[in-house]
Amino acid sequence: MLFNIAIKNLVGAGIRTWLNVFVTSVSIFMIIFSSGMYTGMKQHAMNVSIDTEIAGGAFWHPNYDPYDPITFEDSHSITPSILTELVESNKALEVLVSQASIYPDGRVVPVIMKGITLEQEILNIPTKEILKYEGENIPILIGRGMSKYTKLSIGDTFIIRWMDDNRTYDAGLGEIVYVMDSDNFKIDFGHIWLPIERMQKMLSMENESTYVVFDDNINPYSAGDWIKRDVKYLIRDMETIIEQDRPNAIMIYIILLSLAAMGIFNAQTLSIFRRKKEIGTLMALGMHKRRVVLLFTIEGAMNAIFAIILTILLFGPLLYYFSIYGVPLPIDYSDMGLIIAKRLIPIYSIPLLIATALIVFLILLLVSYLPSRKISKMHPVDAIRGKTT
Amino acid sequence: MIVKIKNLTKKFYIGGSFFTALDNISLEIKNGEFLGLVGASGSGKTTLLNIIGGLDSPTSGEISVLNQFMNTTSHTERALIRRKNMGFIFQSYNLLPVYSVYENVELPLILNNIDKKSRRQKVLEAIDAVGLSDKINSRPNQLSGGQCQRTAIARAIVHKPALVLADEPTANLDSENSHLIMEIMKKLNTNYNTSFIFATHDEKIMGYLKRMIHIEDGKIFKDEKIKL
Repeated sequence: MLFNIAIKNLVGAGIRTWLNVFVTSVSIFMIIFSSGMYTGMKQHAMNVSIDTEIAGGAFWHPNYDPYDPITFEDSHSITPSILTELVESNKALEVLVSQASIYPDGRVVPVIMKGITLEQEILNIPTKEILKYEGENIPILIGRGMSKYTKLSIGDTFIIRWMDDNRTYDAGLGEIVYVMDSDNFKIDFGHIWLPIERMQKMLSMENESTYVVFDDNINPYSAGDWIKRDVKYLIRDMETIIEQDRPNAIMIYIILLSLAAMGIFNAQTLSIFRRKKEIGTLMALGMHKRRVVLLFTIEGAMNAIFAIILTILLFGPLLYYFSIYGVPLPIDYSDMGLIIAKRLIPIYSIPLLIATALIVFLILLLVSYLPSRKISKMHPVDAIRGKTT
Repeated sequence: MIVKIKNLTKKFYIGGSFFTALDNISLEIKNGEFLGLVGASGSGKTTLLNIIGGLDSPTSGEISVLNQFMNTTSHTERALIRRKNMGFIFQSYNLLPVYSVYENVELPLILNNIDKKSRRQKVLEAIDAVGLSDKINSRPNQLSGGQCQRTAIARAIVHKPALVLADEPTANLDSENSHLIMEIMKKLNTNYNTSFIFATHDEKIMGYLKRMIHIEDGKIFKDEKIKL
C-alpha cells in the first residue's frame, strides 16, 4: 500500500521529483567520474612506468642506484653471458648509464646519458628511429620535454662532454635524430639516449652495461652477481606514493560525497517540509505516524533508485565513452614532474560503483527519514495547518 | 450515542500562562445528527472538534467517541478510529496537490486496504454524489474553491464513516457554493445516516443545521434543537 502511494506521490509531483532525481543523478555521476579520473591517473602512471621503464623486470649491476648519480661511475661491467644471450634473441635489452654534460647554444646542461639496444621492442621508446641516422655525429634521441627545455630540435648539433672509464674527460658532437613523445617524464627530462655500442666506445666500456631489462614473458633466474629486480620491486616507489596518497583519495571522495549529500539533503528537506500540511492530512485521515515516516522514507528510497537508473541511462554512455577514449587534459603535467596522460582514461572499479550507489541510497533514506520523523512528531493540528513550529 | 463528553476542559500553555480553550463542557451527540458548533473565532469550537476527532487530547474530563473512550486510547488506536469511522473536511480543503480528484477521494480506501475493484466503485459513487464526475482527472489547482471542497467531502464520505467532522467548510466559499455544499452534506446525512459535526460561524449554513451548540469563551451557553 505505502509503496503504491509513494510511487503515486513521486509520479504525481512531476517536475519536482525529476529535478530531485536529476540533481542526485548528477551527484552520483560527479563522484564516480572524479574518483574514476583519480584512479585512472594512478593506474596510468603505473602502466606508463611499466611500459617505458620496467617491462618484465631487470638485472642491475650490484653498484647501481638510480637515485644516486655518483654510483653511475662504478656501476658498469661486462654484461653476464646469460643476459647477453637474451639480448641477442631480442628477449632483453642493455642500458649503459653515465653522467654527462651537453652544451646547447653555449649553455651547460647536466644530463644522464643512456646507451640502449636500438633493435629492442621491449620498452616503449622509439630507439629504432636512431637506426635511420647515417651521419657522423653521435645520434641522440630525446623527449619532447627535454627538447623544449634545451631548445633542441631534430638536426640540431651540440657538444657532449663525458668522463670515460679511465676517468678522462672527452667530448663529441651530438645530433638530435628524433624527439619522442612520452607520458613518462622520467625517461624524458634530463635524459639523452644513444646507441649502446657507440656509448661503450665513447666510454671505453666495450661490452659493458649498467642494467638489462627483460621481456615480461620470460623470467630469468639469476645472472652472476647482478641483482634481479622484479616488477614488484621496481614499482614499489610508485605503490608507496599511491599508498601514501590513499588518505587524499579518500578525502576527495568524502568531500565530493559531502557536497552531494548537502545538495540532496537541502532539496529533500525542503521538499518534505513543504509537504507538512500533507503529512498532517494523512494523519487526520488515519495514517499512523510511523507509516507516514515510512512512506516518506520509501519515497526517498525510490528517489535514489530512480537516480541510479537515470545515472546508468543518462551518464552511463558518457562514463563508458570516457573510459574508452579518455578525457583530454588542457595542461601538460609533465612540466610539474607528474606522469599524467594528455588524454586521461578514468577507471571505475566495481567497489567504487557499488559504494557510491549504496552511500547515495543511504543518504537519501536518511534525509527523507529525519525531516519526516520530525514533522510526524508535531502536533497533528499544527501539521494540518502547515504551521511552522 | 456517537459522542459523549463529560466535564471536558482543554488548556493551552501560551506565553508563560495557561489559556482555557474549553471550560468544563458536557455534551452528548446522537447517531445521525447534523450539528453545528457555533461561535466566534477563538471560542473553542475547532478545539472541541479536534478533540472529538482524536487529533488533540483534553486536559481533563472524559470523552468517548463511537463507544471508544478517547482519554485512554493510544495514537495508533485513534488513527484507526479516524481511518475506519471518521471523515474530515477542512476549511482549506487539504487536498493532496499532486493527486487528481479520483486519487484524492481514493486515498482513505487505500489506507483501509480496500481492494482495487471495490475502490473504483466506491470512489465513482462518492464523486457522483458531490457532482464532480466530469472533473475526475483534474488536479486541485485546476478546480474552483467549491469544487475542491466537494472533492474534500467526497474524500470524507467515500468509506462511509459514521461521523464526519467539518471545520469551517464554507469559510472560503461564496454564497452559491456554500449552499451547494450544505445541500450535498444534508443529502448524505439523510441518505446514509452519517453524523455531521460542523465548527462554524458562517450564518449562511446555520439554516441547514438540525442542532446548534453555541460556544463562547470555551463554554456552552446554548444548545438549540431546530425543527426544520
